[in-house]
Amino acid sequence: MKPVNFDYYRPDTVDEAVDLLAEHGEEARVIAGGQSLMALLNLRLAEPRALIDIAHLAELSYCRDTDAYMEIGAAVTQAQLLAQPGLADAVPLLAQALPHVGHFQTRNRGTVCGSLAHGDPSSELPLCLATLEGEVVLRSKRGERVLKASEFQTGLLATAREPDELVVAARYPLKSPGAGYAFTEVARRHGDFAIVSLAAVAENGALRLGVGGVADRPAARTWQIAPSDADDALNEFAWALGGEDDIHATARYRRDIVRKLGRKVLEEAAACAS
Amino acid sequence: MRKLSQGERHRVTFTLNGKPVSGWAEPRMLLTDFIRQELGETGTHVGCEHGVCGACTVRLDGEAVRACLCLAVQAEGRAVDTVEGLAEHGAPLSALQAAFRKHHALQCGYCTPGILMSLSDLFERTPHPDEEQLRDVIGGHLCRCTGYAGIMAAAREVAGISQDKGTE
Repeated sequence: MKPVNFDYYRPDTVDEAVDLLAEHGEEARVIAGGQSLMALLNLRLAEPRALIDIAHLAELSYCRDTDAYMEIGAAVTQAQLLAQPGLADAVPLLAQALPHVGHFQTRNRGTVCGSLAHGDPSSELPLCLATLEGEVVLRSKRGERVLKASEFQTGLLATAREPDELVVAARYPLKSPGAGYAFTEVARRHGDFAIVSLAAVAENGALRLGVGGVADRPAARTWQIAPSDADDALNEFAWALGGEDDIHATARYRRDIVRKLGRKVLEEAAACAS
Repeated sequence: MRKLSQGERHRVTFTLNGKPVSGWAEPRMLLTDFIRQELGETGTHVGCEHGVCGACTVRLDGEAVRACLCLAVQAEGRAVDTVEGLAEHGAPLSALQAAFRKHHALQCGYCTPGILMSLSDLFERTPHPDEEQLRDVIGGHLCRCTGYAGIMAAAREVAGISQDKGTE
């Protein structure tokens, strides 16, 4: 199918983009890379009256490190972030997860913030943000606000973004000294939507596991245990996620992945920690 | 700020395979349809229209992208390369195309232009990619005829990877 009719806006500044959102609200959609939104438009699952293109905004095309996090502007593509020098040292989890995000061809256009704003429960970038306890920066005419990952994504393809707000940046916490990170996922083919994706952090004897693709949003837990003692905790977490059967996998299979690969990814993270 | 109103056709100009071209598009027109219907270059194929199959892959400012996930108006002022640009009409095939012919890397040919555009991007960025990089790029395409063996063999030849090392 083809998209419905819409007015196409190409603002020259973030302020203009935010003005357009204030004017059009729920009838507008923001497009950056469009790698999720264009599919929704083509399938007419999204039928906006106005499309606001922010992909070319130089103001949003930046990656900068503070002493706490890497801030990634909303026009930065997944391929640009993957090519960022020193990414594996700065945010190792992102360097491990990004090659699993879509395909080479979609990473060339798809943006980091676009993936967060889309809010697919099986997406890697929201999972990394939830596991690392990162933040999302939103801007509207009313001002700017910063939401924690756990506050931002509220469900399946749902976020706390108000209709007049623009996601302007994501903040991924930098590597903690001595911490270990690991990522893995199960998909039918590399690049497909993950059936289950798992991200782990090991730091100061604590283990944190994030799981995507089971609940309606990424979920993470922290335990003060060794990976070898984690089986009961993983089993409890697997049930608590409340996965459901769908055409891709059964809930039981998903729980099994959380138990088995959860243990493996925690061990990998712990092995990288010092 | 630029506003392009719905229901009206707007002039879109960009560089196609090194030559300036222009046509008319409503805001909602996909780049695939613009290239095929407005510009008449039908080498770019339309498959799933939601970014999964890779048949419509073109290069936008050198990068392999899905033309079905791009609006024609978003290509304004940019450089678009399609399969027609890989070899001049009547001129010898490019090394990549010749390898595809040699290794029977196509049967029906529907997926082929997209795969060629993806691989041409990879080989320009990385003249000697490894097996894993080839698989990552070809993994973004669906081919329902070949079973991928011929495609991988052709890609390996251009990459300079021994065919013995490849595992299927």
